[in-house]
Amino acid sequence: MNKYLFYPGCSMESSAKAYMESLNTILEPLELSFEEIEDWNCCGATEYLGINLIPAYSLIARNLALASNQMNPMNGTGATHTIVAPCSACYLNLAKADHYMQERPSLGAKVNQALEAGGLHYTPGTLDVRHLIDILVYDVGVEKIRSKVVHPLTGLHVAPYMGCMLPRPDYKHRWSDHEHPTELVDVLRALGADVIDYPLTTECCGGHMTQIGPETAFELIRRLVADADDRGADLMATVCPMCQMNIDAYQNEMNHFFGTDYHIPVLFFTQLMGLAFGREPEELGIGAELVSARNALAHIGVEVPVTQEPAGPRKKSEGLPMPRRLNKHEGKEVVK
Amino acid sequence: MPQMTDERVRAGLTREEDLSLLHEVSVKTAGVSHLEMCIQCGTCGGSCPAARDMDHTPRMLFAMLRAGMREEVLRSNTPWICVSCYHCVVRCPQEVHIADVMYTLKGMAIKANLFSDSTAPHFSQTFVDMVESYGRSFEFGLASRHYLRHFPLRLPGMMPMGIGMLTKGRMALTPKRIKKMDQLTAILNKAKTLELTS
Amino acid sequence: MTERVGVYVCHCGSNIAGTVDVVDVANWAEEKLAHLGVVVAREYKFMCSSLGQELIEKDIKELGLTRVVVAACSPHLHEKTFRTAAKNAGLNPYLVELASIREQVSWVHTDKAVATAKAKAVISGAVSRVIRNEALDELKVPINPNTMVVGGGIAGIQSALEIANAGFHVYLVEREPSIGGHMAQFDKTFPTLDCSACILTPRMVEAGTHPNITLLTWSEVVNVAGYVGNFHVTVKKKARFVNEELCTGCGICEEKCPKKVIDDVFEAGLGYRKAVYTPFAQAVPKFPVMDKENCTYFQKGTCKACEKFCPTGAIDFTQEDQLLHIDVGNIILATGYDLFDARQVSNYGYGRLPNVFTSIEFERLSNAAGPTNGTIVMRDGKSTPKSVGIIHCVGSRDKNFNNYCSVICCMQGLKFAHLVHERTGATVYNFYIDMRTAYKAYDEFYQRVLEEGTLFVRGKVAEVTDAARYSNEKGKLIIQVEDTLAGKQRRIPVDMVILSAGLQPRYDAKDVGKLFGISCSTDGWFTEKHPKLDPVATMTEGIYIAGCAQGPKDIPSSVAQGAAASARVLDKILQKEVALEPVRASIDKDSCSGCRICNGLCPFNAISFIEDDHVSDINPALCQGCGTCVAACPAGAISGTGFSDEQIMAQIDGLLMKNLEPEIA
Repeated sequence: MNKYLFYPGCSMESSAKAYMESLNTILEPLELSFEEIEDWNCCGATEYLGINLIPAYSLIARNLALASNQMNPMNGTGATHTIVAPCSACYLNLAKADHYMQERPSLGAKVNQALEAGGLHYTPGTLDVRHLIDILVYDVGVEKIRSKVVHPLTGLHVAPYMGCMLPRPDYKHRWSDHEHPTELVDVLRALGADVIDYPLTTECCGGHMTQIGPETAFELIRRLVADADDRGADLMATVCPMCQMNIDAYQNEMNHFFGTDYHIPVLFFTQLMGLAFGREPEELGIGAELVSARNALAHIGVEVPVTQEPAGPRKKSEGLPMPRRLNKHEGKEVVK
Repeated sequence: MPQMTDERVRAGLTREEDLSLLHEVSVKTAGVSHLEMCIQCGTCGGSCPAARDMDHTPRMLFAMLRAGMREEVLRSNTPWICVSCYHCVVRCPQEVHIADVMYTLKGMAIKANLFSDSTAPHFSQTFVDMVESYGRSFEFGLASRHYLRHFPLRLPGMMPMGIGMLTKGRMALTPKRIKKMDQLTAILNKAKTLELTS
Repeated sequence: MTERVGVYVCHCGSNIAGTVDVVDVANWAEEKLAHLGVVVAREYKFMCSSLGQELIEKDIKELGLTRVVVAACSPHLHEKTFRTAAKNAGLNPYLVELASIREQVSWVHTDKAVATAKAKAVISGAVSRVIRNEALDELKVPINPNTMVVGGGIAGIQSALEIANAGFHVYLVEREPSIGGHMAQFDKTFPTLDCSACILTPRMVEAGTHPNITLLTWSEVVNVAGYVGNFHVTVKKKARFVNEELCTGCGICEEKCPKKVIDDVFEAGLGYRKAVYTPFAQAVPKFPVMDKENCTYFQKGTCKACEKFCPTGAIDFTQEDQLLHIDVGNIILATGYDLFDARQVSNYGYGRLPNVFTSIEFERLSNAAGPTNGTIVMRDGKSTPKSVGIIHCVGSRDKNFNNYCSVICCMQGLKFAHLVHERTGATVYNFYIDMRTAYKAYDEFYQRVLEEGTLFVRGKVAEVTDAARYSNEKGKLIIQVEDTLAGKQRRIPVDMVILSAGLQPRYDAKDVGKLFGISCSTDGWFTEKHPKLDPVATMTEGIYIAGCAQGPKDIPSSVAQGAAASARVLDKILQKEVALEPVRASIDKDSCSGCRICNGLCPFNAISFIEDDHVSDINPALCQGCGTCVAACPAGAISGTGFSDEQIMAQIDGLLMKNLEPEIA
């Protein structure tokens, strides 16, 4: 049983309840144990940072301080120093506070001055802040995920959508790439899904612009949905509550704005994992999405044989050979 | 802002260069901003998914910071359009903390009361108010307060979505409150007295 | 015996005198250091001038000075000048000490009082030290007139030819099957657009047939021992599996070989070769090599088609790698560069988007001898691009990759623009941060490309994508960039993208540097002795560098450096013997415990272990007097001439003014 400290974030209790419900179903089969941070507070999303710097970082750091107290083995909770966040914005804020408190010691000192007013302290670098999918790919492993699949998602064309705040800015160099990371693709492939080539995988969902500048946001949502539709996606898989909310809940308004008629459901990747692990849709919060996934999932309700032909061998092509793809985790190759 | 001399005003110059501006922004930004290292290559302006809605590209804003154009910079809508996607940040060849500089500029604009559109600053402030009251975000309270104030005309079009969110249990009508609200308030009150100066 | 010391304080114009009260310093030294033997102290505007030197020479002769301290700049600059002056006046040059009051005093202080006090301390230390100096004699060693040039690109070829033409023997070592280097892969060369092969191959042939050049291709240096004038080099000559005595270079083996392999080296992955191959038609030497990893016989045990068809029976599957031991007096390293791996810039899509090409791929594509016979086509091998975007600074001037400017990419990008324009008539865009065309006839070439109608966009490209946003972008590669001169983001759809990738040090440059006892800069290029005044020598005597191994440069500069390095080598050869600095470490065999700690520390491989006596020994010709072993020896058995413990302690006491006579109240 791998133990982790868990920071759910506000959305997991409300708009992203489906994420939480589906996450709960995959913990046990993957032998993961998440211990919620006692009395955690909101990370401030992207809003507080633009209002007032030290309070914004102090708000985030209270969570880090609480977590570092909780990780203390003297409290009898087991000694893990890894804190897992399922929301990309929360993950980034926690990671950012930890990183900048080190990079700029004067910031660290001021934040701790504020924390002391609440009897808390955080030494930057104490915790390892990681996102859920990082744990699943690099601790649990794609092979283990594959081994738990009882209902492969064969025939389901999924656009893998990583969003922006997960692979970037990547203070600790955790991800395979900042622009075209493979982690989500690998998980979805392990579930048997037909993962489409989705170059916009780390483009922005609009963030808070749905609230303050809807026209800007609608254009960003349109790009994502239109490209997914163009490339034949049945649905999009996401790793972040804000991405899900923006593309799902505002898709209708976006369609209205542009006079389009896109219908791309957005599910959390954990929901797809739950389905592949043999759970029922209702246990996974499926149905809570506003752009219904019912038709898309009908594809896997029946057994569909592999329809996509494997790519032909390269030597048959008349064209010029392609360079090999770079795998950053295999160490740097040298091109002479 | 430095006082204009009569002579310069007569010469048609409306603005005094404020060469301390770049340094001020750099100091107030979290981490080490590298702002002074900008080579004006435009990677940020090219990367930005929302650049078409900005009055200045981020690169141009940095040039204006260098030129000491305080008021023009703080009035710019650029920081408010920034969606924090960090594309520019990872691509910047000079490792400028662009997104964090945008946060700094927002804070400075609010303080100087220099933003041209209040929607964004009010949204941020409303969000922060909720967090300062409950310790958690409160989507229903935030949405209703924000939309009523800034997008009353958008509300009819958004009704199906709102109802959907409520009926599907994705939005609670009452806020959640953390247990040690006193502790958080004490921390934030102390934090509000502190500023990054070096 | 009391020494008679002269102290000479230099003004260095206002460099020193502006911050240090030089008159006060000289007066002080004459008065307060008299008890240590100072008989005269003078200040002068420029000590290094001939008048300044004559002043010292005159004092040595007339006042009978036995020691000299010159308080001036760093010993790096003028130690030799003043030692020579002393020698001219009949004083052993090693009885002269330089006190650096410029680099270590006047340039680093602003307060005149503090700087003056510190200058006194530095001089005091130097005086205390110099009276303990010993007269040393220079070591003379004969020079082997043979030279080794490592790397057979244009810089190495130039070096080898210069020396060979002067009548001395050269071993030219190249690890690929043929000499020629990167230049052999190019189509045209900027700014004159000469055909690269046309100007290069005559030089290759000359090098290949020169009676004074021994060509060692498919070979690598594996060990270097010895020192300037007397290097012992071990070269691994890899098995070619082709007998060079019998092979006529007819090419039948290559024709008959059934195994086709993507050629990652010469064709940059864009074309194919056989398992037995010569990389290109004009290869020198003409003998093919067999690629063991891809040869069907070596992998599966059957085939031998090459052997069957070879008319002279030159194929020899039993050949083994050979180690050759070669003695040379000097070595020139011209090991070149690696192209930046553009896959690392994932937002440019190389390796993911088929019609994104690197600069070297484009060179092969536009080369008449390349995989498409010089037809510029897209990855499908058929279509001609109607619009092409050329991106500058790929992997250069970028802290995420290489921080430096790769020098050649702007001109390379302009050259590509011209070739695309000329051969396809496509619309060409060049995307640049700053246009750097700073050599003879380069900016004129930029003008020419402007005139031809290439569209320039000032801005570092943010990304290349195939995700169309608008209908005119469908099926295209979209280049997203801020046009920084217009202040607007633009999306420019094109058919083909060429990445003008930067240059970087060879992947094994650090190891090669270590092998030859030279260092690399933080960026990884070989470090020259002086960045301006000694650009082809290194800190290790007898080892020279030329071409891109020293830093990114174009062909004219590489050729110039190759020739310059040869001139330095010829200078050494013609001196017939070389004087070595006598500042050396030596081991007191009675105190040495044989712990061998010093053995691995020596950066010049000068220390060996004598098993029979169980002690370490220093080869005085190899030792450069760096002092590492002296400091490391736990038994205190190693001492450096010119750097004895006594001298160093005395210098420290001097710096702390503990050598002054107590003031009489």
